Amino acid sequence: MKNKDIYDDISSIKTIMERSTKFISLSGLSGILAGIYALIGAGVAYILIPNYSTNSLGDDVYENVNRLGLDLILFGVAIAVLVLSIVTAILLSSAKARRNHQSVWNQSSRALANAGLLPLLVGGCFAFILYVQHHYGIIAPACLVFYGLALVAASKFTYGDVKWLGLLEIVLGLLSLMQPGYGLYFWALGFGVLHILYGTIMYFKYDRVSA
Amino acid sequence: MLALNNFDKAFENRIRLQVMSVLVANESYDFNSLKELLATTDGNLASHLKALEKEAYISVIKSFLGRKPNTRYQATEKGIAAFKKHLEALENLIKQQKS
Repeated sequence: MKNKDIYDDISSIKTIMERSTKFISLSGLSGILAGIYALIGAGVAYILIPNYSTNSLGDDVYENVNRLGLDLILFGVAIAVLVLSIVTAILLSSAKARRNHQSVWNQSSRALANAGLLPLLVGGCFAFILYVQHHYGIIAPACLVFYGLALVAASKFTYGDVKWLGLLEIVLGLLSLMQPGYGLYFWALGFGVLHILYGTIMYFKYDRVSA
Repeated sequence: MLALNNFDKAFENRIRLQVMSVLVANESYDFNSLKELLATTDGNLASHLKALEKEAYISVIKSFLGRKPNTRYQATEKGIAAFKKHLEALENLIKQQKS
């Protein structure tokens, strides 16, 4: 057995173990786009909620407005942002997977979805119950914290950088909890700015090399 | 060279070594995902899997996903032990050459 063969064997073991457990087709560009959608969504909400900037504390911002109607519109905006982000992520990751001659729905992406889904679903229910119980001020922090937990849980099955994004989202969520009334700003920071930053880093770190 | 004695003939082939790496790192893996990951053909992969199965290094779990047959593979304890031993042999060989 030659020296080179041994090193080849060992490096092939290492790469194959990594590739078999981690989903590496996650697209950085989709992170950037998700961030942009989130910023647009937050901007729309900012305009729609009367006096958000001047009167950010009390519930009286809703005086003289059809509360339920506004909530439904805001809910629709949030869902649109979510759906657009997911569709973009799937489309761009599929394209990247094709370039890498892998399928997008493989063992590692299934594991990724499995790990992230539970915190995400619990977070969704949690936020919805907060809304029903009229605890509006802590919905945005709850979204950030649960999303961060989902990312940390899923990060085991993809790039390690995702874990850092998750931790930052959690920190941001907790900070937001300490600053009631500024939920929308923190939400825009967490889902908008952080995604754009993270997506840009991922794009230059991984996508460009493999392209 | 003494270290060569610990080399496992079953892992001489690169594909077989890679299959074993995947199965040690994952609880189980299905045939199609393995094929995709290792970029091999059906026949090639199947023959190497047969060889590993014959050594009792891996076990096969056959099931159905809806109407499609789904064949999964799992490393046996014997297989994991053999893989570790093989890695140690590789390590020793490197150490030997460095000294």
